[in-house]
Amino acid sequence: MSMLNNTAKTYTGTATSRVDGRAKVTGAAKYAGDFNAGGLAYGAVVEATIARGRIAQIDISAARRVPGVIDVITHENRPKVADSDEAWRDDVAPEEGSPFRPLYDDAIKFNQQPIALVVAEEWEIARYAASFVRVDYEKQPFVTDVYRKRDDAIVVEKPDRPRGDAAKAFAAAEVRHEADYFIPTEHHNPMELFATTAMWEAGGPLTVYDKTQGVRNVQQYLCSVFEKKPEEIRVLSPYVGGAFGAGLRPQYQVVLAVMAALKLQRSMRLVLTRQQMYGLGYRPATIERLALGARRDGTLDTITHEAVGVTSQFEEFSRNDTGWSALLYASPNARYEHRVAPLDVPTSCDMRAPGAATGVYALESAMDELAVALKMDPVELRLRCYSDRDQNEDLPYTSKRLRECYREGAAAFGWDKRKVEPRSMRDGKSLVGWGMASGVWEALQMPTAVRIVMTANGHAEVSCAASDIGTGTYTIMAQVAADSLGIPIENVTVHLADSTLPRAPVEGGSWMAASACHAVIATAGEVRKELLRLAKLMKGSPLADAVEEDVTLSDGKLVGRRQTERGVSISDIMRHGALERIEKEKTNEFAEDKAHARNTHSAVFAEVKVDEELGVIRVTRVVSAVAAGRVLNPKTGRSQVMGAVVGGIGMALHEETIYDHGLGRIMNANIAEYHVPVNADIHDIEVIFVDEPDALINPLGIKGLGEIGIVGVAAAVANAVYHATGVRVRDLPITLDKVLAGRQAA
Amino acid sequence: MIPFQYTRANNIADAVRLIAATSGAKFIAGGTNLLDLMKDNVERPTTLIDISRLPLTSVEETASGGLRIGALVPNSDLAWHPLIEKRYPLLASAILAGASQQLRNMASTGGNLVQRTRCAYFYDTATPCNKREPGSGCSAISGVNRGHAILGASTSCIATHPSDMCVALVALDATVHVTGPNGARAIPFADFHRLAGDTPHIDTNLGPDEIITSIEVPAKGFASNHSYLKIRDRMSYAFALISVAAALELKDGMIQEARLALGGVAHKPWRNPAAEAALRGRPADEASFAGAADLLLRDARPQAHNGFKLDLARRAIIRTLSQAAHGTPQSQSNKTIQ
Repeated sequence: MSMLNNTAKTYTGTATSRVDGRAKVTGAAKYAGDFNAGGLAYGAVVEATIARGRIAQIDISAARRVPGVIDVITHENRPKVADSDEAWRDDVAPEEGSPFRPLYDDAIKFNQQPIALVVAEEWEIARYAASFVRVDYEKQPFVTDVYRKRDDAIVVEKPDRPRGDAAKAFAAAEVRHEADYFIPTEHHNPMELFATTAMWEAGGPLTVYDKTQGVRNVQQYLCSVFEKKPEEIRVLSPYVGGAFGAGLRPQYQVVLAVMAALKLQRSMRLVLTRQQMYGLGYRPATIERLALGARRDGTLDTITHEAVGVTSQFEEFSRNDTGWSALLYASPNARYEHRVAPLDVPTSCDMRAPGAATGVYALESAMDELAVALKMDPVELRLRCYSDRDQNEDLPYTSKRLRECYREGAAAFGWDKRKVEPRSMRDGKSLVGWGMASGVWEALQMPTAVRIVMTANGHAEVSCAASDIGTGTYTIMAQVAADSLGIPIENVTVHLADSTLPRAPVEGGSWMAASACHAVIATAGEVRKELLRLAKLMKGSPLADAVEEDVTLSDGKLVGRRQTERGVSISDIMRHGALERIEKEKTNEFAEDKAHARNTHSAVFAEVKVDEELGVIRVTRVVSAVAAGRVLNPKTGRSQVMGAVVGGIGMALHEETIYDHGLGRIMNANIAEYHVPVNADIHDIEVIFVDEPDALINPLGIKGLGEIGIVGVAAAVANAVYHATGVRVRDLPITLDKVLAGRQAA
Repeated sequence: MIPFQYTRANNIADAVRLIAATSGAKFIAGGTNLLDLMKDNVERPTTLIDISRLPLTSVEETASGGLRIGALVPNSDLAWHPLIEKRYPLLASAILAGASQQLRNMASTGGNLVQRTRCAYFYDTATPCNKREPGSGCSAISGVNRGHAILGASTSCIATHPSDMCVALVALDATVHVTGPNGARAIPFADFHRLAGDTPHIDTNLGPDEIITSIEVPAKGFASNHSYLKIRDRMSYAFALISVAAALELKDGMIQEARLALGGVAHKPWRNPAAEAALRGRPADEASFAGAADLLLRDARPQAHNGFKLDLARRAIIRTLSQAAHGTPQSQSNKTIQ
């Protein structure tokens, strides 16, 4: 890459251990609920136990009398907060609707809604006193089941102009497949609980440690909600124990913690319980309908994809779910439409690969069913429909190596040994099934600024407001900084997730790697320019006639790009210039390019073994071949995709937020009963990064890996279960009772 | 969590005296279930009497050739005890099928018997539950009941007993030794747990002032032909949808004696002597096993969401008996079902 130095040691693209790994495993890394302050008070939340209605009466007197209780805050006695929807609308909030305001009024909009905050000298006291808050409700009818609102859901996304006439083409198609698929509500369940520690200091700013994917978003939101100036609130989130999208929007605990800290003029900690985290956002339950029409040769004539997802009664949340179907495969006719069903639940939110994890599950299951109908190998069908252009926008891609994903993934998996017929492969009492699916996600990049402070001893401090939610942002920024500044990675310190640091977007959408690393490169370029300016001033400087394009930083020196022996050490330059430090800040700049589509792709191959009599399913092998441009760090990148595959296996076989729709309550609001895969559920996972050079998307050719790893996994597993058993389970998760019921029906 | 007093019992007599003298008191050993229930305000003991240091941690041979297992032997220690592994591998296997390594390290043998159901409504104080609050109603009957009982359920409660270990113990004809204000007594394992009936808040026949001191297993351990098979929604750390403990005594391919118990199907570990009697004298083949399964499940009735359990239980019984007959018991470390 032209913008990087050409020394032997290049960190970018090399497997590199996490720079924050040691701090994390030794406990030195502090999370939002770990910070301490003198006189810290503790909060406990009281939640609503009905799905809809109003608080007729709330009695806090008994709670207040508990020794050690400092205050009990409810909608009746809360301090003043902003009263416009605009003021409560954070960066990630849906454009439509009225964002939830905790303790704002007597309205109950969902079960587990916070209705009081008990503040006490000790957390145990707060929690005990919370049990004394008495509430009388006026209950109102409610609905929490998306199927009951399917028919009156609201259209939120469809193209202005559908491609061709999908319905007509479907009616005329030689081979047709049409079915409904369902993905239940899922909760993120990050390991770290949602927590806020607000440090109150007389006359100083309020320092807020929060579990979030975006400190600037939270800071602006808090300033807006509490009508504060930007310098009055600082938000930090140095480490985040997983979030998966749950931390994109400010959650109610940060509002309550700050509200109490400001009211009581005391430092305040509020940690939600695991159960209370089921009162936050979630991946919306989604009903998907796919209708595919094809010719006998496997080319698609028509794609129709309709979906109905859950949102709250007060905000319209949705993500691109159905659009992927019209984008991915060549088809002259395509129609898609996404609708949302407002229910008496919290607003749904982003969860890893929002929209794609669900929509592509349905699409790729349907493609598998079409392959069965055509008696065609599932990979072959996808190759027949392959497209080198974004079918929605009719644009070429900056790069698309999905074909290579199929090829390399299939080779690693041994796909050519697959027998076509379902129930044709066996291992003892188990039926063996092989399934595959494609994955697709966007490759986005956002304006991000980075500050670099280079000191005369050859150390660099790299600062940015971006969060590292466990994905490895600290590490890749250190790698790119070390390369672009020509210093060892040990000499780079990265500071992240502080709202006073240079601006960054929320960490999400897989855009942070490209965004942050190009900000590092842009700022490093400024540092290099300054070093060159100083070097030229040196007496007898070997770089006296060098211009910016001629020089690079390498091995602690500013050197000629072609003649690396012609150079001056960074410390000599700075000593000569009598400078202790060079400080530069710059925002990344990406060339405007409306002529290309930017996407990542994957091909996922899964093997399942299903006990024929008992229906017990094991996913024994997964190969995920990912084309996502340049992989900055194959070590952390591989971990990220492996984790996503585990998430996809969970989506396929385990994850489901179970509602009692009669009570409007979640009945498995804990991680014993909300199942995610455990070690015993996970066997071999192989990650292949397909070489995908991309000179168009950005200088480093980065596309991002956060989401693509989960897309397609659930479909590959579901397709493998079908191939093993001959039973098509379209409602996730695929539990053994559904497989057995399918066997009996067959 | 509600504040409570904490006290430690120095010996068994002390424990019995303390529990009888203290209203609302509860014993605590490993606390693996009780602490969860206290955090959710389901259990609200006024006093916790810590029995974890009582001298009830030995596994001793009895005069009649069995073993007497101290009530405070941790589940992990018991599962890996050389005598248990050798003579009662069915018990070891059932223990290892339960919970997680960390929980088994903490959980005691006696505590395992008195753990409460994992019915979600029992844990959610915002919902009616006859077991938690007698007379308030059963939410599960009209609610989410995929994991609930198919045998012996009542109109007031359809919860299941969650233990794996107890399924093996009932199959092995264990005896529960308890001590109370009136001295020691022995309760046959099959009579220890109760059906819900109209008193679902009472799980067991252990008296309110009694303490479990040991579990005795008789000499016959079925070490050659046994299996414990647990069917669940994920491969570990999940409660049984169905579990089966099977033990056979074979001679020339004919069944001399059979034991068969089910978990995940009823308010207590389920065993029916008639099903075992039907196996006696029969060849150890699938037809015999199916016959026993049908007998054992004859009175099974599904709830709205767990109809699958009837057929699954039948298949699981046949598989487990077959594993036992072949001397290829289900491995609990390799989760692959053979």
